[in-house]
Amino acid sequence: MGTMNLLFSVTTLIYLIASILYLVAMVGKNPQAGRVGRWVLLAGVILHATCFAVRHSTAGGTPVTSLHESLSFFAWCLILLYLLLDLRFRLSVMGAFAAPLAFLLMIASALSPDIVVQLNPVLKSWLFPVHIAFAFLGHAAFALSFGAGVMYLIQNRMLKSKRFTGIYQLLPSLDVLDKVNYTCLSIGFPLMTLGLISGAVWANTAWGTYWRWDPKETWALITWFMYAALLHGRLTIGWRGRKAAIFSIIAFMFLLFTFLGVNLLLGGYHTFEAFAVL
Amino acid sequence: MNIVIVGLSHKTAPVEIREKVAFPPTAMEAPLQQMLELPSVTEAVIVSTCNRVELYAISRQPDAAIIEMKQFLADYHDLKRETLEVHLYASAGTEAIQHVLRVASSLDSMMIGEPQILGQIKTAYAYACEYKSIGLILNRFLRKAFSVAKRVRNETAIASNAVSVSFAAVELARKIFDSLENKTVMLIGAGEMCELAAKHFVNNGVSKVLVTNRTFSRAEKLAEEFGGTAVSFDNFREQLHRVDIVLSSTGAPDYVLSATKLKEVCKERRYKPMFLIDIAVPRDIDPAANKLDGIYLYDVDDLQSVVQANLKERQKEAAKAELIITAEVSQFQDWLSTLEVKPTIVALRQQMEQFRQVEMDKTLSSLNQLNDKERKAIESMTCAIVNKILHHPTHILKQTNNATNGGLYLDAVRTLFDLSDSVEQKPDTDKSNPS
Repeated sequence: MGTMNLLFSVTTLIYLIASILYLVAMVGKNPQAGRVGRWVLLAGVILHATCFAVRHSTAGGTPVTSLHESLSFFAWCLILLYLLLDLRFRLSVMGAFAAPLAFLLMIASALSPDIVVQLNPVLKSWLFPVHIAFAFLGHAAFALSFGAGVMYLIQNRMLKSKRFTGIYQLLPSLDVLDKVNYTCLSIGFPLMTLGLISGAVWANTAWGTYWRWDPKETWALITWFMYAALLHGRLTIGWRGRKAAIFSIIAFMFLLFTFLGVNLLLGGYHTFEAFAVL
Repeated sequence: MNIVIVGLSHKTAPVEIREKVAFPPTAMEAPLQQMLELPSVTEAVIVSTCNRVELYAISRQPDAAIIEMKQFLADYHDLKRETLEVHLYASAGTEAIQHVLRVASSLDSMMIGEPQILGQIKTAYAYACEYKSIGLILNRFLRKAFSVAKRVRNETAIASNAVSVSFAAVELARKIFDSLENKTVMLIGAGEMCELAAKHFVNNGVSKVLVTNRTFSRAEKLAEEFGGTAVSFDNFREQLHRVDIVLSSTGAPDYVLSATKLKEVCKERRYKPMFLIDIAVPRDIDPAANKLDGIYLYDVDDLQSVVQANLKERQKEAAKAELIITAEVSQFQDWLSTLEVKPTIVALRQQMEQFRQVEMDKTLSSLNQLNDKERKAIESMTCAIVNKILHHPTHILKQTNNATNGGLYLDAVRTLFDLSDSVEQKPDTDKSNPS
């Protein structure tokens, strides 16, 4: 446990350092800091992966059963996807969104009780990690598409109102932001879909039914429809720019509710406690 | 050793004077050689651009060098020194170092942050190397200036924003479309500013140009210039959906493009963004169009205010650059003083050692009944005396090296121990091979 805690703390610290670097790059208009931040994040994501590997080998099973673990896993997915996007679009401004978010997720994770939940034998299946991985990678992609959407709206506002203060210089062009928004959507949607399908199949092996209209399932389906509509609008009706940005922000609100709100407010068997006692 | 500069620029001299003292690039050898022949000057570089003429030199007597260089500048161009004097500035030491670093970093330019000046100083450096008028110190100094200029460019945003209206338009377009490749520009009407902006767009990757004008022949002529297509004024609106960037400057009294028409165009384009620049006064495009989704409409005042904001931004960045330069100045000054401290200390030690040897030989030759052990004892005693005497002065020289009055001690030591000759030879030996 000692190594694991150390790895976890160091990873959190690295995300904090990267956040500071990205914020310095943004506020101080210092692109050098952004470039350093990229390498720091890369180190963080590798260390974080090691952290999960160690956890897996000491505790056994899928290391994403408690809130503590899921939040940390979400942070990891977020940073991983951000680095991939950065490779393609060179988006250090987005780093100032992704890195602090990952850091906050790590802090939230550290604050929630770190228990290795012994999974109910009924639920033990290879589908469980698959379901989790797809769902979280999808969520991370949507979080980034949300970030790109917000940045699009800010930049659009700047260009329309003809005020070119600070952040205007730093934000990439509308075209790039729209592309990022679209790329994240087209990555996130299939991942989420696979997450839902693998979840349903897993439910069938565990309980004999694919779908039980548990609140989490219902809300996940609503969110899925939101993103499906957005993707459809983009591909066929020609939604883009501001409209698509607003839509991706709203859809992400639904996602957030599905991810956190349902667990905290509505209950159901997707809650973390339910895993063990079901 | 001091860096000395004499010069004039757009800030101190009108163009009538500047053009008289300019050095044509084809004849740089003669003035550089003549400068080297000045009694107080050991290294020389001449920077000559349309906005400034500056002489850089290395000298032991900065005050004398300044007078000689001013005289040289007047004589070379057949001017009276008195008439030139009022336009000239001159400085030596830290002040001169700072001046050159500021000039190279484009902080002293008419348009702060413009990139040409660095290239011009590099050319001056190349001439000085070619005609061997540059030695160890100026060589190192100018290289330092180049690296400082690069640092300023990289670490501040001093040169990152457009400060002309037509270039501001290109930059705005980049913030909308990212790349201008495969984009289409339409020119409505003709005007100097419009054409200039169109040229900037074409130079920055725009591939297709459409031109329309009330007089079709005028449109055809312009289209030919840009390798584009002329469109008749009656139906240019039907082509609009293919256009990403519109440059409009007709003399029409009313709007040429209404917001309702643009709304239709947007739909046809499936809301792909469109950038419209209305340079005409009175305006050509209904300003209400800016409210439409995906339409970015800018008039002359908007672009003008972008330029103003960018200029302000540059000034802010210039303040950051000044900090970098201040740090670099003292760093270079430090190097410059070590250049003199080391040889001074070495010369001082050599001289003492010489005295010791001479006196030892004298004494020992008269004391020939001494055995080896006793000789050794006297030898080490004299060594110890020399070391004791030199210990504190050496320490002080090294310590005050970086202080502002460090030069005082150096001069004092050199005068007190009569070292001046041996020190001065040092940089001259390096002069033959500027690396």
